[in-house]
Amino acid sequence: MAAYIIRRLIWTPVLLLIVSFITFALIQFAPGDPVLLKLDQHANPEAVERIRTNMGLNDPIVVQYARYISKAVRGDFGQSIRWQGRTVNELIFKRVPVSAQLSLAALLISVGLGIPIGLFAAVRQGSVWDTIAVSITLVGQSFPVFLTVPVVLWLFALKLGILPTHGWGGFFDTRIILPALVLGIPGVAIITRLTRASTLDVISQDYIRTARSKGLSERIILYRHILRNSIIPVVTTLGFALAGLASGSFIVEFWFGIPGVGLLALESLFNLDYPIIMALTILGTSLFVIANLVVDLAYPFLDPRIRLGGGYIAG
Amino acid sequence: MRGEATEAPIFLETRKSRSYIGLSFKRLLRKKLAVISLAIVSTMYMAGVLAPLVTPYGYDDQDYSVANQGPSFSHPFGTDRLGRDMLTRIVFSLRTTVIITVTSLVAGSLFLGIVLGLISGYFGKLADTIIMRVGEVTSAFPDIFLVLIIVATVKPTVNGWVRTFEDATGIDWIIRLGIVDYTVIAFALTVFSWFGLARLVRGQVLQVRENEYSEAARAIGASTSRILWMHVLPNVISPVIISISAGLAAFAVAEVVLSWMGIGIQPPVPSLGIMIFEGSNLQVLRNDPHLTLFPVLTLTLLLFCFSLLGDGVNDAFNPRAR
Repeated sequence: MAAYIIRRLIWTPVLLLIVSFITFALIQFAPGDPVLLKLDQHANPEAVERIRTNMGLNDPIVVQYARYISKAVRGDFGQSIRWQGRTVNELIFKRVPVSAQLSLAALLISVGLGIPIGLFAAVRQGSVWDTIAVSITLVGQSFPVFLTVPVVLWLFALKLGILPTHGWGGFFDTRIILPALVLGIPGVAIITRLTRASTLDVISQDYIRTARSKGLSERIILYRHILRNSIIPVVTTLGFALAGLASGSFIVEFWFGIPGVGLLALESLFNLDYPIIMALTILGTSLFVIANLVVDLAYPFLDPRIRLGGGYIAG
Repeated sequence: MRGEATEAPIFLETRKSRSYIGLSFKRLLRKKLAVISLAIVSTMYMAGVLAPLVTPYGYDDQDYSVANQGPSFSHPFGTDRLGRDMLTRIVFSLRTTVIITVTSLVAGSLFLGIVLGLISGYFGKLADTIIMRVGEVTSAFPDIFLVLIIVATVKPTVNGWVRTFEDATGIDWIIRLGIVDYTVIAFALTVFSWFGLARLVRGQVLQVRENEYSEAARAIGASTSRILWMHVLPNVISPVIISISAGLAAFAVAEVVLSWMGIGIQPPVPSLGIMIFEGSNLQVLRNDPHLTLFPVLTLTLLLFCFSLLGDGVNDAFNPRAR
């Protein structure tokens, strides 16, 4: 197990280096000369060449990458192209708390609704409630954010007019409700489905029958014996659930006018602001890889039956 | 003599594998929801393929006298702000969906995924390590970030090359028909998607390789490619078929998201993503809801049917699901 953890801990930074190099190389491939963007198009070619050499743009790509990444790990991602004179850092980190709060709210909705519904459906397997829950998960999982956003907006904003639809005021502002709801719905479906499946699995175990025959109350069995065990597979998907929020947040932040990372990414793509795109990709990937590492390493603590190891053999 | 000896087992084995797939397919046809979904998906795909034949207008025919109209007899889904027929544009958008999803599926999952999975599982060692590590790198990017970054960086450059080529040769339809967009997006989706199936196939190969019948085949002198083709492949067909529906849905969504962001398909080539983007504000939702409604409903119907179909296929083809 220790060997497995060590191997993962060594492989993770290597993986991040490779991923960031690929991103860096791809962006070098993109059109748009940073020097010509700074000067005007008809600048003296010799001056342009001199600036290129001074900026290190004539060095081999590996050297440029090493320079970039050594700055990046110290938190310096360079300058934005679109917003002259602003660093990528200040642009991104102003927006991270916004998206983080929105994601947290969405995740709370997913977990807060998904686990109870899944548990409830499984405990009453075969009943009308179970059928309803299963149908809802099927619908919620396959309905894209593209549909849920306009429907929710149309209903709450245009027809009922009870909830605000635009802007941002932090975690404890009513303006977070609709975007978090929309962003959380697919997660509710996924978590309900997972919880239901794993609860059904747990319910049929011998130790549940033992607990019943001991005369424990259903309440204690449900919370202490069933829930604790059925929740494990759900926890492991939370890393992926976070990643799933990413592409949804582009759409939701755009629709609801939320100044988060998703909207910044979208603007950067529109403006071909590659330093920001690169920084966002590297940061997003790091977050994702580390989240999965944490989930994997946390797994044996949640479920002592699991022994890590066996390398990367999956399937 | 030799011909007879090798031909008999071929006959037996193909019959066996066909009958399993055939049985599964029969099971699938008994599921009403799955069959309805399959019919809807097929209709949408056929409409996309036959787009120029089944639509009453051209996708770029502008008619300002009927701009921004709601649904009517002559325009069942209404018209957009340029007076273009929404139904026509949606059907042509489905053509885009068909091209992207089918190309990515065939190239990405079916070809690369299966071949690399077979190689990785069967030969092991260095080939396995390389393929699996490369796959891990491609799956380290969260969600569709890899597709996004490839399309955002590679497409403008390739467009530049093609434009130079067009200027030099006088050809003018490569960019206009969206061929560059299609190619680059399908390429990016292929890079993004091959690993899932490759890993799955590899897992199956590892199981099958140790089985007695593979060993027996090896013992009577069957070649590696024959063992892979006759003994390993039939075992991976079911999981591959199960993965197709979800794969197509994922490709369709990815294309829509990219085009919605403005880096995927470029106008005037129609895409559901572009149409949904044009309907993505409260003003349109309030004044011309049909501009938002119909493209979004089309996408939803497609994804919903893929989801139901996927569940049905899984029940029918997955021996463990029953």
